[in-house]
Amino acid sequence: MSEIDATRPAEPPGASGQPDAEAITTEERGQFKTVVVRFLRHRLAMISLFVFLLILAFAFLGPLVWPYDHTIQRDVPASISPTWEHPFGTTSAGNDVFAQVMRGTQQSLKVAFTVAAIATTIGAIYGAVAGYFGGRVDDILMRIVDVILVIPLLVLVAAIAGATRGGTSWYTIALIIGFFGWTSLSRLVRSVVLSLREQEFVEAARAMGASDIRIIFAHLLPNTAGVIIVAATLLIATTILAEAGLSFLGLGIQAPDTSLGLLIENARSAPFTRPWLFYPPGFFIIAIALTVNFIGDGLRDALDPRQTLVRR
Amino acid sequence: MLVYIVRRILIAIPVLFAASLFVFLMADTTGDPLLELQLAQPPVSEEVIAAEAERLYLDRSVPERYWLWVTGIGGNGDIGLLQGEWGPSVRSASYDIGAEIGSRLWVTLRLVTASLFLSIGFGILTGVISALRQYSKLDYGLTFIGFTLLAMPSFWVAALLREAGVWINQQRDGPNIFWTISASSPDTRNFSNWELFTDAAGHLILPTLALFLAGYAALSRYQRASMLEVMNSDYVRLAKAKGLRHGTVVRRHALRTALIPVTTLSLLLIAGTIDGAVLVETVFQWQGLGTFLVESIQRRDSYAVMGFLMLSGILVIIANLIADILYGVLDPRIRYE
Repeated sequence: MSEIDATRPAEPPGASGQPDAEAITTEERGQFKTVVVRFLRHRLAMISLFVFLLILAFAFLGPLVWPYDHTIQRDVPASISPTWEHPFGTTSAGNDVFAQVMRGTQQSLKVAFTVAAIATTIGAIYGAVAGYFGGRVDDILMRIVDVILVIPLLVLVAAIAGATRGGTSWYTIALIIGFFGWTSLSRLVRSVVLSLREQEFVEAARAMGASDIRIIFAHLLPNTAGVIIVAATLLIATTILAEAGLSFLGLGIQAPDTSLGLLIENARSAPFTRPWLFYPPGFFIIAIALTVNFIGDGLRDALDPRQTLVRR
Repeated sequence: MLVYIVRRILIAIPVLFAASLFVFLMADTTGDPLLELQLAQPPVSEEVIAAEAERLYLDRSVPERYWLWVTGIGGNGDIGLLQGEWGPSVRSASYDIGAEIGSRLWVTLRLVTASLFLSIGFGILTGVISALRQYSKLDYGLTFIGFTLLAMPSFWVAALLREAGVWINQQRDGPNIFWTISASSPDTRNFSNWELFTDAAGHLILPTLALFLAGYAALSRYQRASMLEVMNSDYVRLAKAKGLRHGTVVRRHALRTALIPVTTLSLLLIAGTIDGAVLVETVFQWQGLGTFLVESIQRRDSYAVMGFLMLSGILVIIANLIADILYGVLDPRIRYE
């Protein structure tokens, strides 16, 4: 604690009308600031965040500066091993694999972020409604979740994505995964809201005549923000793996566009003959899932009010 | 105990029915089984398409079709889950979805059960060891492995293992060490029962290894957290304080309680394993249910897709039932009256 306070300039004595002694030793720190400071001190999470930002830059800024794109190109020689010109080699059809991996990472991340946004919105509202109203409403809503959870997610999404007319692009995939991926998050939010709704501030809001909708959106959901942020982060990791699996089965993003799963599918017999085709997309999936999981862990620790400001 | 089990089964039945409605709607409204015919070149006559629609019951309304799919009353005898019929296939009139699922089920089931048991066994074991040696090198190592495995796509691991098997086979002049393709040898006619068993087991090795890793990683991390919580609880401290041996405390007092939260993970674990089995079977080219699903999706064979979804739903519900019963055995607070 003191380490941080010492680096800040003390307020001029008496400026805020506080007694001098208190102004020197304490400075009020908001909840948001505490969380940020805690997160900054989580070493593994910070390294992960740095690596994840690098991957983001690679995926979204890389294609702007790299001379080749992911499509087949006439001036790209076919089937060559890595060179400075083509760091991950080229495919037999004449794609630059480095550009393909960039594009694939971008598409996979776009899907992951969209899914996280959709699933978090549905799951948070659904769980909050179930938890807030309780009783019969809760029973019915949660039984529906049970039924969706009974069917394995990837299998369900594959059945629907495969049947989509006119092929699938990244946002169709994102919509489909997001539409069924919210169930575990809704359970989580519900369990938090169940305990929150018994607290005095909800009672006070109700006494002041706040509507149910206002209580849910203005009082309950902001208080579950911590749980939601962590769950949304972890959802990104799950989605990256799910989308890759889907594309690997040939039911996700289709050529000529590409994704990390599709790149692995194309190179799946190559790990020992042309390793530069097989390993990079796999490593990017692992790197994204790993760093996102660590960031999620760091956020969980930072948002946990029982945690202290110890460096880990 | 019996009452408890019966009550659990009774709860599972409405879930099963709701799942059937959900599965039906998902598969029925998204796929168009007639698409292939409508787009065929040269064009197929209207009568043929209408006849096909009638054969597939597509001339009926959606609620009627659902009723048919579940009960089979009013159909041509090839539809109705309750009568053991899975519905007509797009592929041909003689293609029997039920027979196909039946023959492929055992192939997939042995892969799924083998990797489930492995991931549960290893997951609990290393989770407990990790918790007992918290912050040791071993704990850090196992945690690191767990995190990495969780981030690895199972099909990537499967492809890597398969090619490694192929590569090792090529390095030797003698007979192959690893089976890298299909669930059994192509010709098993002259095999004795023992040979059939070893043949199937040999083909299982690499796919099981690829499939069990993800489930193992999730379970071991969960088990570690749960064991840590129990080891720091008051009653375990009491057991230690009254002078019981460390091993006794861990085995008799801590482990049982620490297993309770893990049973709640079963639903996600089995569903994840079925998901993984679809991918791993594709990599190893098994003639199992996973590849059946992928083929059915590509052919827009909606009754076949429904059949698979329903079957995996039933598997998940059964596994959940077993976990519920185990939960009842483990948790002394649950009464059976």
